[in-house]
Amino acid sequence: MAETVLSIHDLVVEIPTRRAVLRPVDNVSYDIKAGEILGVVGESGAGKSMAGNAVIGLLNRPAHIKSGQVLLNGTRIDNLPDEKMRKIRGKDIGMVFQDPLTSLNPLLRIGDQLTETMLAHLDITKSEAEDRAVAALEEVGIPAAAERINSYPHEFSGGMRQRVVIALALCAEPSLIIADEPTTALDVSVQAQIIALLKRLCRQRGTAVMLITHDMGVIAEACDRVAVMYAGRLAEIGTVRDVLTEPKHPYTEGLMASTPLASKGQKRLRQIPGSMPRLGALPTGCAFHPRCPKAQDACRMDPAPTLENGAACWFPIDTDQKVSA
Amino acid sequence: MADTGLDKSLVPAHRYPGRLARMWDSDFVFNFRKSPIAIVAAVVTLVLILSAIFAPWIAPHEPFNPATWDIMSGNSRPMVPNEFTGKVFLMGTDEQGRDIFSTILYGMRISLFIGFSAVIFAMILGITLGLLAGYVGGWTETIIMRMADIQLTLPSILVAMLIFGVAKTLIPFEYQDRVTMWVLILAIGLSDWVQFARVVRGTTLVEKNKEYVQAARLIGRGPGAIMLYHILPNVLNPVLVIATISLALAIIAEATLSFLGVGMSPTQPSLGTLISQGQQYLLSGDWWILVFPAATLLALALSVNLLGDWLRDALNPRLR
Amino acid sequence: MLAYTIKRILQSIVVLLVVGLVAFSMFQYVGDPVDNMLGQERTQADIERVRAQLGLDQPFPVQYWKFISNAAQGDFGISYRQKRPVMDILRSSAPATLELAFVSGLFALIIGITLGVITAIRQNGFGSGIIMTLSLIGVSLPTFLIGILLAHLFAVELGILPSKGRGETVIIGGWVWSVFGTQIQFPSWRTGFLTESGLRALILPSITLGLYQMTLIMRLVRSEMLEVLRQDYIRFARARGLRERAVNFRHALKNTMVPVITIAGLQLGSIIAFAIITETVFAWPGIGNQFILAIRAVDIPMMAAYLMLVSVMFVIINLIVDLLYFAIDPRLRVDRTAGGH
Repeated sequence: MAETVLSIHDLVVEIPTRRAVLRPVDNVSYDIKAGEILGVVGESGAGKSMAGNAVIGLLNRPAHIKSGQVLLNGTRIDNLPDEKMRKIRGKDIGMVFQDPLTSLNPLLRIGDQLTETMLAHLDITKSEAEDRAVAALEEVGIPAAAERINSYPHEFSGGMRQRVVIALALCAEPSLIIADEPTTALDVSVQAQIIALLKRLCRQRGTAVMLITHDMGVIAEACDRVAVMYAGRLAEIGTVRDVLTEPKHPYTEGLMASTPLASKGQKRLRQIPGSMPRLGALPTGCAFHPRCPKAQDACRMDPAPTLENGAACWFPIDTDQKVSA
Repeated sequence: MADTGLDKSLVPAHRYPGRLARMWDSDFVFNFRKSPIAIVAAVVTLVLILSAIFAPWIAPHEPFNPATWDIMSGNSRPMVPNEFTGKVFLMGTDEQGRDIFSTILYGMRISLFIGFSAVIFAMILGITLGLLAGYVGGWTETIIMRMADIQLTLPSILVAMLIFGVAKTLIPFEYQDRVTMWVLILAIGLSDWVQFARVVRGTTLVEKNKEYVQAARLIGRGPGAIMLYHILPNVLNPVLVIATISLALAIIAEATLSFLGVGMSPTQPSLGTLISQGQQYLLSGDWWILVFPAATLLALALSVNLLGDWLRDALNPRLR
Repeated sequence: MLAYTIKRILQSIVVLLVVGLVAFSMFQYVGDPVDNMLGQERTQADIERVRAQLGLDQPFPVQYWKFISNAAQGDFGISYRQKRPVMDILRSSAPATLELAFVSGLFALIIGITLGVITAIRQNGFGSGIIMTLSLIGVSLPTFLIGILLAHLFAVELGILPSKGRGETVIIGGWVWSVFGTQIQFPSWRTGFLTESGLRALILPSITLGLYQMTLIMRLVRSEMLEVLRQDYIRFARARGLRERAVNFRHALKNTMVPVITIAGLQLGSIIAFAIITETVFAWPGIGNQFILAIRAVDIPMMAAYLMLVSVMFVIINLIVDLLYFAIDPRLRVDRTAGGH
């Protein structure tokens, strides 16, 4: 059994605003093991990116971790002083952002951006770093890496830039990668390549991956397990096969039914009525109940249970019942 | 509530507030209420503007009527009874016995009038040219924006001085005193329109391609109406910020020109003229003739600047 | 890059031609040069002679062209007020202004950028609040008032720095070199940099002149820096665990430089013109002082020459700024790197 790399316990992120205290991440817990890829899926605003930022310690003020714990390889990292946390970023946790066009500094050569990252974390000389930079670019599949090392970001295409970003995230050999919508800004034809690259590199190195996405197709293709988030809470977590084929939470079911890939055989895609509530205006009870086809009085009154029965729902979908219906 | 016969659960928890209440609760006003600096700046600005407007009623003396001067009370120190006449002056008097407090009130009147007029002139010119450049495009845009570029290579103070210098030759000597004020307004306004034009053009370029403008065009609204009713409202926020900061700049520019001797004459002094005159008394120890006009100018410019600064932050939530 | 530079130079020439047109129009329509040249006792023949001598009987474009080509050779005519060539007046008073502008420009740039970076990094810090408030006071105090107050404090009350004039100056240059038989004379330059009293005399005027530009540059650097610090690549740099100093200076400051040097260029260009005020306050014997005297006396050739001089300074500074863009931003060097791969 592989070791647990990242472990989040009852994580709560709060944003105090003028009118109310918002909770973009509310009591979320999950683990990721070495070499495992956990997909975190949900609509925009569901708190999936916020959770990723909380783990790497890059929450924008006034957002902050209110309670809960983040453990990396068994050590608590959510309460570290800034300088210690800085040394973990890049070294133990790598991050890949959504838009490769804006994640690279336009005024610095990519070789310089690679070497500065390695020199910040590894005890190597400048020329060693330069050699490693070429190797890192080769590894992510950039042709003529030795020459391209002197290029500026604008001289690369979007897909190539995302490869550079991945090389940057991996260059100090972190044990965890947080990939925040790594393919969303890319052309469809390039998306699969980037996902495959990420998957291959992490499998080879045994890196744990938190893959944040809203794309069920990416989940199905790349992940081992998937966590579904809704309005800051975890709705359901499980292996990709279980969650995709036998969703227990009505929200997951709705999400699956509205995804072309997973709803083969259906004539039309279904949609979930309504939209996710704003954090400042969460309904009472289960946050999903106004949109839930199965909502009952209990759902309107009481907050949803915490992942009992495999889903944070008072009336999780019973698979057998579904078959008989 | 029970009388309405509505199911109580259907009525929103809080009543829909009125227009005023909503404004009071808006982020903009909230921000203002929470910013002591903005409140102080607004109060100071308001007090100064009001006391300039009502100067004839507030001022204890008529500073520009030589008949009311009291040479005997000349060079009185502020709040100290004059050694000959025993009269007390809030901010002292100058050599001729003019009450400094009164000259400041009247001087501020002139400074503010020139400042406001120059900004309004620059604003109208800048908005019109900016809208034209952005909306019409083509040659119109090229000519207007090149004019703006050239204007930028000539610092405002230089433009104002040149216009002043030129006007001085064109206008017969006996009218010069009377028109100086308008020449200053023209000079300062002309040196300040580029800021407005650039911002308005930028916003216009963005807005004119948006769908609501195209929709307005489709239903047959003319370019004038589109510019006025659809595009103009979008530029009001930045224009307001620029206008506020320009007001402070215009007041300072007027003071500077008057100080350099190319502005208001001593017979019709603005704050700048007063400072320029007061400077001569500094060495003889009569500090109040310089310090009070200077402090008034600083208070005026600073509070307007603080308001402008606060407005920019409040209207541009991205920076908060 | 070369094409761009040539285009910018051509644009600059157009700007200078337009400013020249403005200056020339002043000659044409403001005052009568003949009046200025001749006294009250004159004959029609005198007037005709002077008109022909000044070329006023020529058509407008011919006169304009003559004005421009003379100006390009440094000939701006004779000052109405001082009855000597404008170029001589400029040549003798320019060093004072240029040295003052140089020192205050340097002061404004160095202090302005430093304070701008500090206030952006410590956006909500106590010190930043104080600096920002002080800077607003700086913008709200007219330059001449700052000058008066500084002069009174340091020269009259404390008596540690001079408040009038340039102090002792030294003439350098003026050497004649013989190169391949041709005599080349270096222009002579009266400098205050070489004596202690000259340097001391520079302190108050430079601070007075540079303070306003400094506050503007500081506020600009701060707001650009705050904008850049929100960018993805800064978040990514943080996520890679780079040191704060590397993030702030290597990544953020460099990216603020393009807008900053654009505006700073404009600001430094206007220093020459703003020197008018400082020179008046500190009795500095520079071209600004000459310009004030010219305005009061409606000395059109002097005014026109000054206008052209300020524009030329502007154009030169802006050309330098344009070339700096290429040094800073690789995206602009596209035509050079395009063939590289």
